[in-house]
Formats: sequence, C-alpha cells, structure tokens
Amino acid sequence: MASKVTMRIQRFDPAVDKEPHDQDFEIELPAGITILKALNKVRAEKDPTLALRYSCGSAICGSCALKVNGHARLACKTQVSDCTIDGVMRVGPIGNLKILRDLVVDMDPFLESLGKVKPYLEAGNGSVPELERTQRPEEFLQIDPSTTCILCAACYSDCNVLAVDENFFGPATLAKAHRFIFDSRDVDTPERMRAISAKTGVWDCTHCGECSTRCPTETKPLERIEEIRTKAMADGFHGNAGARHALGFRETVGKRGILDENYLPARSMGFFNIPGLLSLVPIGLRMMMRGKNPPLIPHKIDKVDEVKKTFARFEELRK
Amino acid sequence: MKYALYTGCVAKGAGRENLVATYLACEKLGIELVEMTDAACCGAGVINEDNPMVADIMNARTFSLAEAQGLDIMNICTTCQGVHRKAQRKLEGKPDHMARVNDELERDTGRRYKGEVKVKHFYEVLLNDYGLEKLKEKVVNPLSGLKLGAFYGCYATRPPEVNDLENPDDPDELENLIEALGATPIRYDERLKCCGFPIAMVNKKNSMQLGGNAIVSAKEAGADAMVTPCPLCHLNLDAYQPDMESRVGRKLDMPILHIPQLVAMALGVSKEAVRLQTHIVRPTGLLAS
Repeated sequence: MASKVTMRIQRFDPAVDKEPHDQDFEIELPAGITILKALNKVRAEKDPTLALRYSCGSAICGSCALKVNGHARLACKTQVSDCTIDGVMRVGPIGNLKILRDLVVDMDPFLESLGKVKPYLEAGNGSVPELERTQRPEEFLQIDPSTTCILCAACYSDCNVLAVDENFFGPATLAKAHRFIFDSRDVDTPERMRAISAKTGVWDCTHCGECSTRCPTETKPLERIEEIRTKAMADGFHGNAGARHALGFRETVGKRGILDENYLPARSMGFFNIPGLLSLVPIGLRMMMRGKNPPLIPHKIDKVDEVKKTFARFEELRK
Repeated sequence: MKYALYTGCVAKGAGRENLVATYLACEKLGIELVEMTDAACCGAGVINEDNPMVADIMNARTFSLAEAQGLDIMNICTTCQGVHRKAQRKLEGKPDHMARVNDELERDTGRRYKGEVKVKHFYEVLLNDYGLEKLKEKVVNPLSGLKLGAFYGCYATRPPEVNDLENPDDPDELENLIEALGATPIRYDERLKCCGFPIAMVNKKNSMQLGGNAIVSAKEAGADAMVTPCPLCHLNLDAYQPDMESRVGRKLDMPILHIPQLVAMALGVSKEAVRLQTHIVRPTGLLAS
C-alpha cells in the first residue's frame, strides 16, 4: 500500500549555498520501495537537480552510500519503511568527506587512504606460475570476509576517529590491509605489520564499533582490526603503546585476575619513555587530590589460582 | 530480586564511587546483590585481541561462577556488559568452540558454562526487571529542574545485535530513566559517540578531541551535567576534562555522573554519600545545592 512520506533531504550547491540545508519533499511511495528508488522518484517527480551517486542498485558497486537518519546506509539495500519515523526520513551525504553537491561527496581522500597499505598482492620475485597463484579453500577462508568490501565508505563515513583525525588509516583501509596480511600468497607480511603498527595505524582505532555496524557486507572492519591486532601480539610487534597496553592487561590480569590501574598507564607509555611517563603526572596528581587513585597495593580476586593456571598454560602454548 | 554483582575493575580502582552508589541505590530498591569477588576482568576487548581463547575462557569462567550461585549477573559497566554479551553470543553461536572453551575451563576450575546465565546492566535491570513505574514510586527526591545529557558509551549501542535497546541507532532508554527520576533529558548530537578512552594512551590528542567534542555537544544542547552507564567514559570525560578543555579551547565545567549515583540521589541518598565530591569536575548548580 502506498503511503505519504516526507523525505528531508540535505541540499548543497557550492555555487549558491554557504552551508548545507534541508529541503522537505512530500511524496507518495509504494510499499517495499528502497531509498534509492525513492530518491529517483523525487528526481523524476519533484526536482531533477537533486544530485546523488549510484550505479548497480544491487548492493555490489558501493556507490550509493548515504546517511539515513544520521547513520550511513546503502540506499539501494535499505527500505524506506525501515527508516521512516513519524512519516519523516532524513537523508544526507556520508560523513567525513567533503560534500561536492547534495548527496555527492569527494571520494578521493577515502580512495587515497587505501594506498597507505599497498592494496595489492606482493607475490615476491620467485618463479612465476604458468597459470594463477593458487590457494587452498581453508587459506581463502581467512581473507573471505575482507575480500567482500565494496568500497562504499559507509565505515569511513561513521568512523569516530576519522571525524577528529583525517590521518587515521580508517576502517576500510585496515580491512584492506587484513586482506593482504592474511593472504597465504603474499610475501610482504612482516613489512605490512610494521607499517600498520605505526602511529595512526591499527592501534589508533577506539573500538567504537561504528564501522562494523554500518558495513553493508561481511567485511566488518572492527573484527578485521581485532584479527590484525591479535597477529601483532602473536608475532611480537610490541613497540607501540597499543601493544604495550595489551601486554599490561596480560601481565596484571594473568597474575591477579583484575587490572592494576597504577601499572597499566606506565606500561602502556613504556617504562623508559620519560616524556610519556611525565605526561601521566598531572592526571595522577589530580586523581590523588580527590582520593580517586587506585589502591597502591592492588587487589587480587578470590580463586585467583584458577585464572593463573589458564594464563600460564596459554603463555606456554604461545612459546 | 537478587543478582550476582560483577563490579568490573574500575569500580574497584579509580571509580569506586560507582560501586558505592550501586549498593546504596539497590538497598533503597530492595535489590539484593551478591558481589562476585572471584570473577576476573572481562578483558575489555583487549585480552580478546591478545588471546581470544584466554578471553573466552575468562568470561565463561565468570558465567559459570554466577551459574553456580543460580543468579543472573548485574554489570555496572557497559564495557563489561558489551564484552560479556559478545562472549556469550560467540560461545552460544559456535557449539564446537564452546565445547573447547568448556574443556579448558573444566581443566582449571572443575566447572563448565552451561549457557543459562543472563547478563544485564544496572540500567537494564531498572528498565526491564524492576520497571520504571515502580521506580518512580520510590523517588523521594525528584531531580526536578536538572537537565541531563545521557552519554551511552559505545558498548551500550554497538554492535546492535548484542544489546537490548529497542532502537540502538536512536535509543530512548536512558532518557526514559532520567525522566523517571524527575530530571529533564537533553538529547544532543554526540550522545552515542566514543568518549576516546580506549586510545587515551595511544593517541591522546584524538582521545581528548573525541571526549571534548562530546562534552561541547552536550553543553551546547543545554545539559547541566552528563550521565553515563560506562565508568570508562566517566573516567575519560571527568578525569581528563582539563586536558579536553585545552584541546577544544574552551572552559567546559561539565559534571559527569554515574547512573547509580543519579538513581541513588533520586531515592534520597545524599550527594556526599554517593561521593560526588570525589569527581574531578565537581558538580555545580542544582547538584551542588
């Protein structure tokens, strides 16, 4: 059954507008219609100047990502009926990228960020096979999720860190790194791991979960980021605050069952990182003045031996 | 009503006021708590990255301890809550993995996780088990005139499949709770964003910008204070607020409250008893009077 919907669409024409503004279009929409089809209906019946980018209409090309009620979605994969609140649906361009016009953004920074991780196979200089470079099914399964990325930039749009730091690698780029780090045919893994462990790399993600929540495919960047970090810990790439933070968890929880909040910040900074350690002094004093500093003699949970046994056994296995 | 209380690490360390307020609020509500003094750290997603198997065993161990008591778990930290739910979902969705985790757990503890225990945050207990109507009847000190911005914290809303919010993209639950306590909820743009805590040691500049932006957003929407169910958000937004002020270039003066503190005060507990005086940003205005 058709219903009347107010599509509140963000408009921006750089030739005349200083700031983006909303424009309401009241339109009769049939049941089961996608947002992409609804936007094209607006163009056909209300305003042909509405600019948007799309191509396949089948959730494969990745070109129609936009924000619906404030969150990134693929217009072709999202039903109007799922997004209408009291008869109104807000539509705007994806975030963290410059708006060119209406719903169209400049994708160049997103695409250029992929270059930070060499988004291609490094097969080495060895013998070139007659046909293709083969993989066993179980090897492919490791990279199966990260190969499903359609570069729609929904994750880039809603990434909390990119919103404050355009130098952050970003979720799609980290997922692209995963795709080659875990590719059994790639010979460049140590160099890739080194590059991604640097500042603004894999440890700068806050775990906010927006990327995986918005991802319309099985790429789920946060899960791939977690897998890269697990590999970094296993392969000994520990020379950064993120990895040292994880070591601090291992060392204190494995011993006492509970975090030692006095030890962890210093461990994360690095015990020989004098400027880093000094940077902790103001907050330490601030908390001490309010009696908020963690107990100097750290707690230990009851039955801590159970925990110690598990940690110790898995440490042995790690060796 | 009786729950196994999982305190998490922060409530035993830098955020002890959260635990104190939880006990005071639950006493007023007649909710009995049995503290899980034998439960280990949930791993905060960090142990999961270092060694996913160890993290799963630790969390299965926590669940098995609650099962042995025949109680559901009540969390007072959304990070613990989110990590627990994610662990449960992973274990229950992969029977082979659960069997392996249980074999390892049994080897070290003699117990197995049966998959029976439910984990709930304190605010979920109030909303879903206790009920807001019943809670309203217990309010003796309505927080009238106080404008509060709820700061949900990442784990409360994402991933959406492991929380019980009706609409995780635009939730009302904490606003409904604020309203039930007599205060006025303030909705603001950054209420579902990350506070920046997880990268405070990795990239302080970005962490301070994230937290600072959230506070500015709440302030510009008219909030007198922010309230959060996550003690890690509290730690960043409160303890690091002077650094955030430098980062965003303006004075913020935004008190950050724990949910249990708010509930306890509405139930008649004094602001001193819930230890508002231990906050780095001391409450001003209505909360100070």
